Amino acid sequence: MVDNKEKFAQLRKVIAEHKDEPGPLMPIMHAAQEIFGYLPMDVQIEIAESLGITLSEVYGVATFYSHFSLEPKGEHVISVCMGTACYVKGSQAVLDKLSDSLGIQPGGTTKDGKFTLLATRCLGACGLAPVLTVDEAVHGRVTPDEVPAILSIYED
Amino acid sequence: MENMITLTIDGIKVQVEKGQTVLDAAKKANIRIPTLCFLEKINEIGACRMCVVETGARTLQAACVLEATEGMEVKTNTRRVRHARKTVLELILSNHDKKCLSCSRSQNCELQRLSLELEVGDENAFQGLRTEHAIDDVSPSVTRDNNKCIVCRRCVSTCYKNQAVGVIGPVGRGFETAIESAWGAHLNETACIGCGQCVAACPVGALREKEESPLVWKMLHDPTKHVVVQTAPAVRAALGEEFGLPMGTNVTGKMVAALRRLGFDQVFDTDFAADLTIMEEATELVSRIKGKGVLPMITSCSPGWINFCETFYPEFIPNLSSCKSPHEMMGAIVKSYYAEKAGIPLKNIMVVSVMPCTAKKIEAGREQLTAMGVPDVDAVITTRELARMIKSNGINFLTLKDEPYDNLLGDSTGAGTIFGATGGVMEAALRTAYETITGNTLEALDFHAVRGLDAVKEADIQLGDLTLRVAVTHGTANAKKLLDDIKAGKKQYDFIEVMGCKGGCVDGGGQPFVSAETRTHTDPRTTRAKALYQADVGMKKRKSHENPGIQRLYREFLGEPNSKKAHYLLHTHYAPQPKYKQSLEEKTLA
Repeated sequence: MVDNKEKFAQLRKVIAEHKDEPGPLMPIMHAAQEIFGYLPMDVQIEIAESLGITLSEVYGVATFYSHFSLEPKGEHVISVCMGTACYVKGSQAVLDKLSDSLGIQPGGTTKDGKFTLLATRCLGACGLAPVLTVDEAVHGRVTPDEVPAILSIYED
Repeated sequence: MENMITLTIDGIKVQVEKGQTVLDAAKKANIRIPTLCFLEKINEIGACRMCVVETGARTLQAACVLEATEGMEVKTNTRRVRHARKTVLELILSNHDKKCLSCSRSQNCELQRLSLELEVGDENAFQGLRTEHAIDDVSPSVTRDNNKCIVCRRCVSTCYKNQAVGVIGPVGRGFETAIESAWGAHLNETACIGCGQCVAACPVGALREKEESPLVWKMLHDPTKHVVVQTAPAVRAALGEEFGLPMGTNVTGKMVAALRRLGFDQVFDTDFAADLTIMEEATELVSRIKGKGVLPMITSCSPGWINFCETFYPEFIPNLSSCKSPHEMMGAIVKSYYAEKAGIPLKNIMVVSVMPCTAKKIEAGREQLTAMGVPDVDAVITTRELARMIKSNGINFLTLKDEPYDNLLGDSTGAGTIFGATGGVMEAALRTAYETITGNTLEALDFHAVRGLDAVKEADIQLGDLTLRVAVTHGTANAKKLLDDIKAGKKQYDFIEVMGCKGGCVDGGGQPFVSAETRTHTDPRTTRAKALYQADVGMKKRKSHENPGIQRLYREFLGEPNSKKAHYLLHTHYAPQPKYKQSLEEKTLA
């Protein structure tokens, strides 16, 4: 695992690359999200101070876009598609079942840091509705009954 | 006339300069277009859609951001426009906490006014989801109630543009958007300087001062307490507005009478303490110049500015005058000199300051402002809070006979009076410094170069052989530019006055509300300042060192300015403040 010092060194490098471009905030925040997996306060302060803007501005952007996360994500990120097709095909029930099984609300992360559960917009796999992804893996035509089996794949 | 545009608004032909908006043009044609999020030169973002007009385009256009073009035909009051504005208002009201009866902004709320004017028949026309927020009243200066916030962003723009602080902003997205600090921090956990300019910018009751009037009522109702009140220079120039008097009416005498009726035991004048500040500060300046102390010396009367300096420019702390602000000096003198003279035990004396300012509320809690082992000042209320106390006590303010201040600490001069306007402290200091340094009588008392609303006012003042390079600025955003110039070596000065709020205390964050619309034609900064400068001209004594009460205070008690005793009671020190005060543990990496 890369330690924080090294992550901050990476962040500073990215900041130096983008600092003098027009509109440097978004690319830097994207990179920070990649590097840290989320945007904790000290990362946002680092960004704000080095760009000469306020923490309030950085935080405003971080909370505007759902891509950015303020909390560490779990080892595995489960995204349940709530797009129209999936919703019609019953993705809400799948999401509810996951929420019950993991004991967390959508947007939350389990206490052991294993899973983060997200409700997302259309994933573009409507033919497989209802769809969920775990990390990069796509699971299609999911029913609530299949949820335990899916989770067991990732519970080592 | 190349740069002129001719357009027609509601059948009236009007000419404006190229680049001006339809809203500007309408104003010129004496046509009133309602606005809500618009705050001239500060927040011009076309967000609330209250100012929509028809121009022949497919959709309605927001007049505040629509540039006037040649031959444009604008209609401001069609059925479609009226319907749109009313619907917008109804939608805003659907997510607004409509506790108007108990709201401190009732009767001067811009949303309430528009709802009446645009004939919203039913404030509950749209029923639906409501966002719910906890009230943040943890900061000693400003209370935020986001249940009343309409997300117009006037406060945000003011915090950034006028103050260069920027500790609030839109958080989240869509319906959930709220104006908050990062990580939901309380304002006092941020770099907020407490100036209250966000409050002054708010059209509704979402932002207000942290009220201390309940505490003051408690003191007044406690027979064991001897409650002393003092009023800042700028309060007298604005309090009358709360009772319907025109802006710029000086109500000193009525204010003093009202304070006695409220039950205060002694009514003293912060103007007296302003004169005292000048004695100490002018002496400090002269000794810094002669003793090669740190220059430029920067004034320390404005606690919003002090917070700004300590937070954003700690390298300038050695430049700050060590003088306490006037009301703190008054507090220290009341609890020493006055307590001794009146024979009242310290624990029974309470000092209440009526201030145009919300940052004074934070200042009063500073632990270094406790000369006698107790706070120099026990409570700070704003001009608005005083008005509410007067009203709730059933005092008929307008028919009160003028009364004078209590005389021990009530004498003042024109120099103390002008402290409330930008440039006033500088001018007062120059009047005294001139005579101290040259030993001659100053004949021309008005230093026009330091008056007015220019962002930075500079002058070279000749004090005998000495040329004093002075600068005056106001609004911490302007101060930031000035400090950056000094740091870059672009500017050199000996003495600088900084006031945290634009225009100085007369338009401080605790003053009576002036609507965004009124501000487009009447500037409270000049109108109220005029009342102070007029009072100055009318005073018998216009130099601080000629104040007989001040002379007596030094003779009987303090000795000389900057004496050991004066230092102990009237001077203070500063320390850097962290920019990020929120507990970081949970929100940062390990």
